[in-house]
Amino acid sequence: MCNQSVGLIQRQIEYAGITTVSISLLREITEKTRPPRALFVPFPLGYPLGEPDNADLQTRIMRAAFALLSRNDCPVLESFTP
Amino acid sequence: MANMADIEFKEKLFLKGYPFKHYSPRPGDPISNAVTPLLKPLSACTVALVTTAGLSLPDQTPFDLTIRNGDSSFREIPSDISPQLLEMNQRSWSFDQTGILRDRNLAFPLDRLREMQQRGEIAALAPHNYSFMGSIVGPATLMKESAPEVARRLKADSVDVVLLTPV
Repeated sequence: MCNQSVGLIQRQIEYAGITTVSISLLREITEKTRPPRALFVPFPLGYPLGEPDNADLQTRIMRAAFALLSRNDCPVLESFTP
Repeated sequence: MANMADIEFKEKLFLKGYPFKHYSPRPGDPISNAVTPLLKPLSACTVALVTTAGLSLPDQTPFDLTIRNGDSSFREIPSDISPQLLEMNQRSWSFDQTGILRDRNLAFPLDRLREMQQRGEIAALAPHNYSFMGSIVGPATLMKESAPEVARRLKADSVDVVLLTPV
């Protein structure tokens, strides 16, 4: 449900004129909700930025997500490779 | 990796019958199909975080876990706090909360964003970020009221980019 909520909120923010990107933990749900830009990450539910206290991994995931901001061929759904 | 196989049988049955299509983008709907191109480099952008981790500050009313279709309200989180202050109230199915309780940056990476600003990768952190509780089964109020209100507030803060994180 979290992944659906994120998609619904994301679309409203994009509609308001702000460029958005989200993290996806469940590819199946994100494929259905189709937010403008999403980065699928191969981590368990509750771990959207990978690991606690791992600033390096968290930063790499954020950079990979931000790299999708230039994409306008929406919906964009890419996968993060750790 | 999280996939549908990890989710408990009860939840899987629920998700199988859930009318995702009802809330999926529809052709011709301007909200579903909106695309806002980024017109400047990230290093010139003001960035905000939006999470559905159910995080709130100790002096804010916690999310109401008893509302049948889910609490669709939001909490405004200023950027000048330590994320470790945040409390988590989450009525969620089957997810491990221990990681976020150890390090809130796992879902709400305010410290990481601050580091990116210090390195010049982004221009600024938005003054306000937003937190929702994720397990909203009946998202009508979310779609009609709370999400558009958060979008308006972000726009009023001249935010350029929003990073959204589920749990």
